[in-house]
Amino acid sequence: MSGFTSQDSATRISVGQAITPEELRSSGASADEATARYALMLGDDSLMLAQRLGAWISRAPELEEDIALGNIALDLLGHARFFLTYAGSAWGKTEDDLAYFRDEEEFRSVRLVEQDNGDFGKTIARQLIFSFYARELYSRLVDSADETLAAIADKALKEVDYHQDHAAQWVRRLGGGTEESHRRMQAGLEDVWAYVEELFVDVDPTTQLAEADIAVLPSSLREPVMQRLRTVIEEAGLTVPEVKGAYGADRTGRFSEHRGYILAEMQVLARQHPGATW
Amino acid sequence: MSAQQAHLQAVGSQAAAEPITEQARRAADEARVGWERFQELIAEDKRVEPRDWMPDHYRKTLVRQVSQHAHSEIIGMQPEGNWITRAPSLKRKAVLMAKVQDEAGHGLYLYSAAETLGTSRDEMYQQLYTGKAKYSSIFNYPARTWADVGAIGWLVDGAAITNQVPLCRASYGPYGRAMVRICKEESFHQRQGWEILYTLSHGTEAQKQMAQDAVDRFYGPALQMFGPPDDESPNSQQSMAWNIKRFSNDELRQRFVDMIVPQAEALGLTLPDPDLKWNEERGHYDFGELDWDEFFSVVKGNGPLNHQRLAHYRRARDEGAWVREAAAAYAAKQDAQARETALLSA
Amino acid sequence: MPDKTPEGTEEIPAGGVVATDPADRSAWPLWEVFVRSARGLSHVHAGSLHAPDASMALRNARDLYTRRNEGTSIWVVPAAEITASDPDSKGGFFESPQGKAYRHATYYTQSEGVPHL
Repeated sequence: MSGFTSQDSATRISVGQAITPEELRSSGASADEATARYALMLGDDSLMLAQRLGAWISRAPELEEDIALGNIALDLLGHARFFLTYAGSAWGKTEDDLAYFRDEEEFRSVRLVEQDNGDFGKTIARQLIFSFYARELYSRLVDSADETLAAIADKALKEVDYHQDHAAQWVRRLGGGTEESHRRMQAGLEDVWAYVEELFVDVDPTTQLAEADIAVLPSSLREPVMQRLRTVIEEAGLTVPEVKGAYGADRTGRFSEHRGYILAEMQVLARQHPGATW
Repeated sequence: MSAQQAHLQAVGSQAAAEPITEQARRAADEARVGWERFQELIAEDKRVEPRDWMPDHYRKTLVRQVSQHAHSEIIGMQPEGNWITRAPSLKRKAVLMAKVQDEAGHGLYLYSAAETLGTSRDEMYQQLYTGKAKYSSIFNYPARTWADVGAIGWLVDGAAITNQVPLCRASYGPYGRAMVRICKEESFHQRQGWEILYTLSHGTEAQKQMAQDAVDRFYGPALQMFGPPDDESPNSQQSMAWNIKRFSNDELRQRFVDMIVPQAEALGLTLPDPDLKWNEERGHYDFGELDWDEFFSVVKGNGPLNHQRLAHYRRARDEGAWVREAAAAYAAKQDAQARETALLSA
Repeated sequence: MPDKTPEGTEEIPAGGVVATDPADRSAWPLWEVFVRSARGLSHVHAGSLHAPDASMALRNARDLYTRRNEGTSIWVVPAAEITASDPDSKGGFFESPQGKAYRHATYYTQSEGVPHL
C-alpha cells in the first residue's frame, strides 16, 4: 500500500508472534489415534461455537460488540484449526477434510456449543459457561505430556481468558441492568443449563489419556468450573438454574437436532465441489 | 457540541450585559478572522481541526460525506457477512470474518470522525435507520455465490481504496486520520478478494465459471461507485476546492480501470466491456458507457436488496435495544452507588 | 431530534418507513482512546468509541484499536472530561514561544567545535 504515510505510532501494525495452524501442519507433529480423537472433541467444540458466534457479526446490539464477538469467534476458529489440524495428522487428513467432509454422527462437539444464538442473553449464557470451562481446561492442558496439545493450550488459554472476562462483564450488566435484561439473562441461563453437564462427562478416550497425563479428565473440571460459575451468576443477582442435565451427554450427536442444520449450512459449498481448492 | 455552537452559546450568555450591536460586531469579527484562517489553511493544504472555525456548508458537507461513508461500511458488512457461515474452508472463514469485522471497525472510525463535527452517532444511526441516509449503492446488490465474495474484495474494495487513498490527505484532520487507519487495514481486503478469484479461476471449470460470472455482475456497479460522471456531479467542485475530495469522479474511475485491467489479465478472467481497450494517445484504457439509469434507480431505493439491507439493519438495532439500555442502566446504578459511598465516607 | 439534517439525505426510498431508531434511551457516552504501541513510547490518541462505562470502554478499545498488535497499553478517557485549548486562530495562546531562539541549543554558536558542549 502506498500513497499515504503516517508517523503515528498508534497505527503501527504487526503480525505478532504466535503459533499458526499452518505452522502446526508443516511442523510434522503427528498424533496417535487416541490423542487425535481427543483433539477432535476439543476442535469440534471450538468450531461449532465459532460458527455460531460468527453469525452475530452485523447483528450485534452495538457496533463495538460486533467487533468483540468477531474477535472471540476468530479466536475460537483458530483453536478449532489447531486441534483439527493436529487430529488430522493421525489420519492423513486436513482441517478442512475434517470440518467439511464428516457427517453428523462423526462430530464430537457438546450440545452446549451447538445451541442456537437466541437473543444476546442466551448467547452470553452460552459464552459464560463455555469460556469458564475452556479456561479451566486449558489452564491444565498446558501441562499435557503431549507437547503439541500443550502448545495449543498455551495459545488458547490467553485468549479464553479474555472470553471469560467478556462474558462475565456482560452477565453482570444484564443481571443488574434493567428488569428486562435481568429476565432475559436468567432465561438465557435456564435455556442452556441442561447442556452444562455434558462438558464434564468422561467419554472414551479421555480417561486413558488423562491417566497418561495427555488429556484433562473432564469430570475433574466440574467442581472448580461450577464453583466459579455459581459465584459470577450470584454476584450478578441471578439464580443458578435448577435444570437437570439432558440425557445423552456423550458428544455423539445422536441426541442433537441442531448439529445437522449447522453442518448443512457450513458444509454446503465445500460439498458441492468435492476435491476443489478454495 | 461543536465549536461553533459553543461560541454561539458564549455570546448568548452575555446578551443581557452588552448592547446588541456590540455582540453582533464581535461575532462578525470572530467569523471574519475564522474565515480568513480557514481559507489560509485550505490554500496551504493544511488540516482543519475540530475546534477550528469552519463554514457551515463545509461542516454539513463533511458530515454528509463521512457519515455516508460510515453507513456504507456498516451496510457493507451484510453481503459478505452472509457468507461467513458457508465459507468453503476454515482459512477463508477466518479471513472473511476478520474482513467483515474490519468493516464494523471502519464504520466506527468514520462515525467517530463525524462526531467531532458535532453530529452524534445516534443521529447518524437515526438517519440510516429511517432510510434517509444514503450509502454506497453497490451493497444493494446480492452476494449470491462464493465468487461474489472474491469480486467484492477485488473490485468493490479496490474501488473503495482508489477513492480512499487520496482522502488520507483530506483537509479535515479527523477524517484524514480515520482514512489512514482504514487504508492500512484495507490493504489486505483487496488482496484476499483477488486471491479468492485467482484460486477459483485456476480451479475446476465450475469454479472458473463462478468467478467469471461474479466479475461480470460486479464490474459495472463497481465502476459506478465513483459516482456520476463529472458533468452530472454538481457538488464535486466545491468539495475539491475544500480538499475533502482530491480527484474528480471520472479521474478516479479512470485510475481504477487502468489498475484492474492488468489484474484481470493475471486472473485469467475477462472484464464485461466490449469497448475496453488501450488508448495509446491518452495513455489510458477507454471503456464503455455505464448504465446510469440502473445506477440512479438503485440510488433511489429500487435496487435488488435496498429493502432487505435496511430491514436487517433495523432488526439488529431493535433486537439490541434492551442490551444497550441494560448496560446504560447498569452504569448509572454503579455511578449512583459510587457517589453514595463517597458521601458516606466524606 | 436535531434539526441539522445533512443535505441531500432527505429522500426516503420507496417503501421506506418513518420509524425511530431505538437508541434514544440508551445512548452510551463517547470515550477517547490512547494507545501505547510499545514499551518506551508514550500513549498516543488512537481514536474514540462508545461504551456504557469505563471498564467496557477499555475492553472495547482493546477489541477495536489493537486488532493488529497496535498496543501494549490502553487509556480510555470520557470525551466530556477533556478540556481543550482554543484553536490557534483565536489569539496568542501559542504565540509566546515563537522567536525565542535562545531556548534552543542551536542559538549558541560560539561553542561550536568545543568537545561535549
